[in-house]
Formats: sequence, C-alpha cells, structure tokens
Amino acid sequence: MLKHILSGDMPRSKILSLVLVVIFLGLAFAPFLFPGTRSLDTAARICIFIALVASYDLLLGYTGIVSFAHTMFFGVGAYGVALASVHMGRGFDALIAGTLAGALVAAILAAIIGLFSLRVRAIFFAMITLAVATAVAVLFSQMSGITGGEDGLNFKIPRAQTSAQKYLADPVLGVKINGKLLNYYLMFFGSLALILVFLRVVNSPFGRVLQAIRENEFRAEAVGYKIVFFRTGASIISAVGAAVAGSLYAIWLRYVGPDTTLSFEIMIDILLMVVIGGMGTIYGAVIGATIFVIAQNYLQNLMVVAADATSSLPLLPLIFNPDRWLLWLGILFVLSVYFFPKGVVGRLRGERK
Amino acid sequence: MSHPLLATKDLTVRFGGHVAVDAISCVFPAGELTAIVGPNGAGKTTYFNLISGQITPTAGSVQVAGEEISRLPVARRAERGIGRAFQLTNLFPNLTVFENVRLVIQSKAKKGFDLFSMADDHVQIREDADQVLQNVNLLAQRDTIVSALPHGDQRKLEVAMLIALDPLIYMFDEPTAGMSADEAPVVLELIEQLKNDQTKCVLLVEHKMDVIRTLADRIIVLHNGALVADGDPSTVMSSSIVQEAYMGKALGHVE
Ligand SMILES: Nc1ncnc2c1ncn2[C@@H]1O[C@H](COP(=O)(O)OP(=O)(O)OP(=O)(O)O)[C@@H](O)[C@H]1O
Ligand SMILES: [Mg+2]
Repeated sequence: MLKHILSGDMPRSKILSLVLVVIFLGLAFAPFLFPGTRSLDTAARICIFIALVASYDLLLGYTGIVSFAHTMFFGVGAYGVALASVHMGRGFDALIAGTLAGALVAAILAAIIGLFSLRVRAIFFAMITLAVATAVAVLFSQMSGITGGEDGLNFKIPRAQTSAQKYLADPVLGVKINGKLLNYYLMFFGSLALILVFLRVVNSPFGRVLQAIRENEFRAEAVGYKIVFFRTGASIISAVGAAVAGSLYAIWLRYVGPDTTLSFEIMIDILLMVVIGGMGTIYGAVIGATIFVIAQNYLQNLMVVAADATSSLPLLPLIFNPDRWLLWLGILFVLSVYFFPKGVVGRLRGERK
Repeated sequence: MSHPLLATKDLTVRFGGHVAVDAISCVFPAGELTAIVGPNGAGKTTYFNLISGQITPTAGSVQVAGEEISRLPVARRAERGIGRAFQLTNLFPNLTVFENVRLVIQSKAKKGFDLFSMADDHVQIREDADQVLQNVNLLAQRDTIVSALPHGDQRKLEVAMLIALDPLIYMFDEPTAGMSADEAPVVLELIEQLKNDQTKCVLLVEHKMDVIRTLADRIIVLHNGALVADGDPSTVMSSSIVQEAYMGKALGHVE
C-alpha cells in the first residue's frame, strides 16, 4: 500500500526513512507542534519549496538538464493566481483559474524553449534559459501597470482561507481552528500531492528513460528513444510543477512580486537545496528544502544565541555575529558538498563515489 | 522485385580531406551473416556509424528494405530495425545491469512515454529483460551497478543490449574484444543463433579469423575506406588482394 503510494520508490535506508517520517509528521502537525505565526510560515515555505525543488530535480538530477528558468515558471504560477484574483475578484474560482492558467502558460513556455533549444548542447540550453528567465524577470518588473512592477501585487484570498474565518469557537490543543489553518493544510496537501506525482513520474517507464538520457544520451538514442521529446517532456512536467508550487506560494503570501518568485537568488537557493539534499532522488528535495529553509529562517536566531553564550570569550562572538549568517550558510554548503558529494540522501543510503 | 534488407549505395564520408568511407556499395540480404574485416583505421566503425546514423554521409545512401534512411535521426533508424552494439562499451553506467537491458526492451515495447504506471509493474518487460540476462549469463550480476562491473561483463552487457533490442539488422563491432576465453563462446553462440532467423541479417566486425571461419556466410574487406573484396569466406581469404591489404599488415592483430 505505502509502496504503491510512493510508486515503489522506498527510501532504502533506515535513517533516511526515519528522517523522512520526522519531516512528514513535523509538517503534518506543524500548527500544533510549533505554534506561532512565524513557525507556521516557515512550515508552509518548507512544503512549497519541497515541491519546487523536487520539480527542479526532475530536470537536473533525473534528466541531467541544467536550467536557470525554474524561477520563471515558479513566477508564472504565482502571478497567474495574483492576476486572476485581482481581476476576477477574490474567490476560489480565481485561485483555480489562476493556477490552471499559470500551469498552462508554463507548459507552453517550456515546450517552446525545449523544442527550440534542447537539441543544442547542454551549455547553450543553460544559457538560453538564463537569458529567457532574465528577460521575463525584467519584463515583469517593468510592466508595472499589469504586474505591479517591483512592488508586486497584493491580493485577497477567499475569507474561508484567512484567520478572519473561525471554524470552531474553542482552540484545539491551543491552536485556533480558523481559515489560516485551513490555508496551511492547502499548502501541505498541495505539496504532498505534487511530490507523489513526481515520485510516480520518476518511477514510470518515462522516468527511467530520463535517467538513461542523463547517463548516456548517445546510447539512449541508439536504442530508439527520441531524446528531444523526452527532454522537452521533462521540462514541461517540471515547469508545470514549479508553476503550481508558485501558485501555492502566492496564495500563502497573498502577494506576488519579483523578489518572492522571479529573482535569481531564489534560483540559486533551489540549486543549493537540490545539491544539499542529493540530486536524482525526490527525497533529496524533501531533505534539502527542509534543511535549507530552516537554516535560512533560524540560523540568525541560532547565531544570536551562540553570540550571547560566547560573549565573554574573545573572537567567537564576532564569528557568531548574526550579520554573518550568510557566511555560515556558505560554510554549511561547502561542508555538505565535501562530506556528502551525493547529498544527504546519497550519504544516508550509504552510496559511494 | 523485392529489396534487400539493407543496402548502401556509394556511401561516402569525408572528414576534412580524409575519406574515411569511400563510395561503398554493398547489399546485405536477410538471412545472411556478413563479416567485415580490414586493418585498423580501415573505416569499419565509421561504416557502421553511417548505417546506424551517428554520422551523416557526405554522399550516397543507406536503404532498409528499399527505403532511404540516410538522413533520418538515430532513434528513427532504430525504429526501422537497425540495431547496434558498440566497439567501445557504451552503456548506462550508473544504472543496474538489469535496468540497462530493461530500458532497451521498454523502447522496443514503445512504453517510453508512459508517465503514470510504475516501470516495475510491466511484468512482461521485466521477464524479457531477465531472459536476455539469463541468455548471456549475466543474471547473477542483475542488480550490480554497471560501472562496478568487470570489463568482460560490460562487453557481454553491450551485446546483451543489442540482443534485447532484437532488431532486423544486427551490427556487432568486435563483440568479443576484451572478453576472456571462456566468456567469448557464450556470446558467439548467441550470434550464431541469430542465423536461424531468415528475416534478419547480421553484420559482424571481427578480427579473429577462427571466429569468422565458423560464423560468416560471407566476408567483405575494407581498406582505406573502400570495399576491396566481397565473397564467400574461403575465396576472400585466399584472394591475393586480401592477403596483401589485410592479412599481411594485420598479422599482429590476429589474436
Ligand atoms: N569523427 C571523426 N572525425 C575525424 N576522423 C575520423 C572520425 N571517425 C573516424 N575517423 C577516421 O576515420 C578512419 C576510420 O576509422 P574507423 O574507426 O572507422 O576504423 P576501424 O576500421 O573501425 O578501425 P579499428 O579496427 O581500429 O576499430 C580513421 O582514420 C579515423 O581516424
Ligand atoms: Mg572500429
């Protein structure tokens, strides 16, 4: 049963299974385990980034395609929801229409980029995606009449998904049962559904071909696979996944802007998360995104604590100065790549090389 | 008039000024095993590349059952029945032995674009893959990652993948090179079995004369990219042009 839900892709390591179960339960019960707006916000971000990173890993880890356009698709989904909500008025129909439209646009964009440029060498494809993504980001920040420019767009989501809507008079386990909670579970189950779909895709016959192309495209072609179509197919699925994650993100933030979706920094974050977790496994995305988002949100707090604790010692408080959190993130990254060249998942599975 | 299974007409490729394959016209009827011999650099592998599509010809044509294919991409040619095992092992290195073979059978079964079933649920494909592994004596290594496989076994897998593809036109490029003396017979026997099927033809690049003598219905000789002899084994081997062009020079190569 579980095996079927996971599409036969078992974690294949006791510790990895344990870590995944902890993350799953942690996110499933986040509102009750970690009360507070900030924790809930972090949990929702983790959910969304897991889905986003997994969709990117489908390209990078499974198919061996380097693309810098992933945030563009993320943004397309986010702007889709925002624009629909602004123009159609707040409502579920706007959210659904925006999500579908975003996914469709992402699919078309990915198909066009793929069919035109996945024939060329990998490095050129990477460059083309970079160029297109940059152009789109500039376009979105310039067309302020439509997209709100650099300021982005604020919009309203249905009241049923906000804290204004109370579902129970009394809190359960100290947590208010309101629309905000419902909204969190939309993020949770939305991301979970995406992950399960990706697991299925990568373990399908199609997914095996993607791995074959990554391993040896020359041979994959010689045994009869038309690799351009497979690569384009992978790009489209990945783009649609990113767009849906983007829609969820916009719904969660009730805002969209270049900085939350389209920026190159987010692209770098995605790359880091894939590499930290382990390329070529969906579970790598789960772990990479969890570690990264937590570090991003709490490393500074941790450093405040460390700086205070070491305040009487020489030098150490300087090193732990919260303003240096990015340095620490960098160090964490370098260490993780050095010690886990196959990512955390590769390490936990005991893979060598 | 029926067409031969495979034919090349004036097939030529130039790399810069160097003519690697020089106007080779040759017909390969179904049911025949043709050995292709020639010294190193004669153009045997390049001739194969032109037929299976890794290289586009400068001039000339390749026809499968009378249909021109020399401008088709590699994958389309594979669909038309051209199958190839490579001289330099050319596998999916970080996948298991089984997965390598399964991918081939899955391609043949046209299941590549199946997105929502589990690969492992395709029982027939799995069983066929295991059968091929059994036939080449690799079943024990089924779950080994290919890059961890000894060289001889990788060579066997190379052959297994072609046999799994089960094409109309089999092209083997020195299939037993790098195999130990007790591994080679397994592979040669599999190639011999292909001769029972009158709908297929086999092209075999091979340096070992004893192998050629037992397997080949016919020998063609390439030299400097040109076809210099074509005929039944005993005639070709004793002809003076072959003695000169090939046997004399390549003695060091006969193992
Ligand atoms: N892509 C290429 N570009 C330039 N020259 C090439 C290319 N491929 C092959 N050649 C040249 O064409 C000639 C024929 O090479 P080929 O590999 O076909 O020989 P072969 O008969 O298979 O030799 P061997 O017995 O060593 O395998 C050689 O001189 C080689 O250097
Ligand atoms: Mg050769």
